[in-house]
Amino acid sequence: MTQKAITTVEMGTQVARAKVGRLNSILDSEQWLGWLMIAPAVLYIVLLIGFPFFLALYYSLSDITVGSRTMHFVGLKNFRAVIQTPTFQQSLKNTLIFTFVSNALVLVLAKMLALALMKDFRGKWLVRFLILLPWVAPISLGTIGWLWMLDSIYSIINWTFQAVGVFGPKTWPIWLGVPHLAMGSVIAVHVWRLLPLATVILLGGLSSIPQDLHEAAAVDGAGFWRHLFQITIPLVSPIMTVAVLFGMVFTFTDMIVIFVLTRGGPYDTTQVLASLAFFTGILGSDLAEGAAISLFLFPVLVAAAFVFLRIARRAEVT
Amino acid sequence: MATVETRNITKHFGEVEAVNGVDLSTEEGEFLVLLGPSGCGKTTLLRMIAGLEEPTSGEILIGGQVVNDLPPRARKIAMVFQSYALYPHMTVFKNIAFPLKAQRVAKETWQSKVEWAASMFGIEKLLHRKPRELSGGERQRVALARALVREPTVFLLDEPLSNLDAKLRTSAREELQQFQRRIGTTTIYVTHDQVEAMGLGDRIAVMNQGKVRQIGTPQEIYHEPADTFVAGFLGSPPMNLLEYDDAILGFRPETFLPREVFGLHDSLKTFQFKVTRIEYLGADRLLYGFLRGKLADAHIIAKLPSTVTVSIQQGETYEFVIQAKDLKFFEKDSGLRTGPRPL
Repeated sequence: MTQKAITTVEMGTQVARAKVGRLNSILDSEQWLGWLMIAPAVLYIVLLIGFPFFLALYYSLSDITVGSRTMHFVGLKNFRAVIQTPTFQQSLKNTLIFTFVSNALVLVLAKMLALALMKDFRGKWLVRFLILLPWVAPISLGTIGWLWMLDSIYSIINWTFQAVGVFGPKTWPIWLGVPHLAMGSVIAVHVWRLLPLATVILLGGLSSIPQDLHEAAAVDGAGFWRHLFQITIPLVSPIMTVAVLFGMVFTFTDMIVIFVLTRGGPYDTTQVLASLAFFTGILGSDLAEGAAISLFLFPVLVAAAFVFLRIARRAEVT
Repeated sequence: MATVETRNITKHFGEVEAVNGVDLSTEEGEFLVLLGPSGCGKTTLLRMIAGLEEPTSGEILIGGQVVNDLPPRARKIAMVFQSYALYPHMTVFKNIAFPLKAQRVAKETWQSKVEWAASMFGIEKLLHRKPRELSGGERQRVALARALVREPTVFLLDEPLSNLDAKLRTSAREELQQFQRRIGTTTIYVTHDQVEAMGLGDRIAVMNQGKVRQIGTPQEIYHEPADTFVAGFLGSPPMNLLEYDDAILGFRPETFLPREVFGLHDSLKTFQFKVTRIEYLGADRLLYGFLRGKLADAHIIAKLPSTVTVSIQQGETYEFVIQAKDLKFFEKDSGLRTGPRPL
């Protein structure tokens, strides 16, 4: 009997060893380990990005509303209906203006800031810290601050300009109440908010250029502009392209600044597709049409991303 | 063509004195080498001449004109960097044409000038390539062609051969020298490699700790070192330095030879040399050991060329001699050279 017991125990240990061995061999095999490691990321993308995306895609082809319990496939009806409305056309135009103007400004300003921050000067860390601040602070909070600064009655900007004499006693622009001023204001705030990240990305790109190249250009006789446009910018262009791509996609799909400052007004002059989709789909209960509006630019964005990434790869230099 | 002169030039980086009162002046069309160990200030000195570094004090003159306040591009110099610093996004043609563009040379003359510079280094066939498609040796030539194309009055070269492999370096050295002789432009060349310095330089300025220790022809530097640093820095193995009374006695390993090598000679100094180790290096034999007698316990090295076939055994003592003219004396405290003394 003792002998039998020993055998059972031995068998038990053997089974346990085999189990540990199998686990180890899975962890050792790159094939399995790779899948295991990437699984959380894949799961995350599928559940939180993939699923809602395909749901939205399906919604946009249906007649679903917030209150309805059923939905029917209606093909491209939503898209056709949406395109014909003046609000949509206005929003599409606004989106393009908002995106291109703000990103062009961000690009130029970030480039200037990054070049300035490459130089050594006293208090550089403080300036870097201040520039990063808009990115670190919650966007809605920062934008509410702007809302107050651009207020029609309490605008500190107007007050300051009057006090220093830039504005006459009767000049009091209503920043968020006049179409062009409103568009200008939301662009300015959006630029303020995108600038830090773009600057940091460009700073990274600039500091990756070997110092020797700058010195060679200086010895070869290049002045400031030639140096900037023929040496510095071409060498950071791959990184710059990625930064612009990121900024553009981000702007196309974002509505926080507009939602907080103007809610699309006055008269939809600052309405963009993202905010229109929200107002139509969530506040207006028409989920199907909202989905159609938000998905309208998806093919354009995919194409833009493809083109930009190709440019970035071609421009890559070693 | 122009000469370069520095007058009591210094450069401090915070507490560090990188260059400390250097007076240097090249001759017309000369190939001057700045030689020294890393951190001796040679590159800083070159960068100050180029205008990439601002001197703390002192003057720099190019072609007789003080250039302290001129930016690099106004100094009519060309510089070749250790890394070559080729513009990675431009083809070889555009790299070479860049200085022409920057100097607003008429566009019609670019083509012929670039082709001329490229032909000087045999790289005409590489003009359409990008730097990343070139080998180390080809990159070096492109860098030289880019420096040459604007016909500068002074060439500044910062260790341009150090990224090449040993074999290529020898041929590049030869090409570089031929090229410099042909165009006759004043050239300042920085290196830490004494073989390069000896092979290339019309004159060598040996630097240490921010100061020029000696400036002279390769022969002067090697045979008549001005102090113990120069004596110990040049030569492989370097000069034997041993304390002798209140002085330092120095002699080159290759001048210390077995008695049998010489005939009867008046001015020979004889030493008893105990050999403790022998290294056979093909062309030479290196003998490690120490002297017996008055200079006991001083470790020294003797270098016997393979033409000296005297049999030497480890652990044995032999009679070795030096000609009196090969003995150098230095002051013990300052390390500076002094006149000959009786042994």
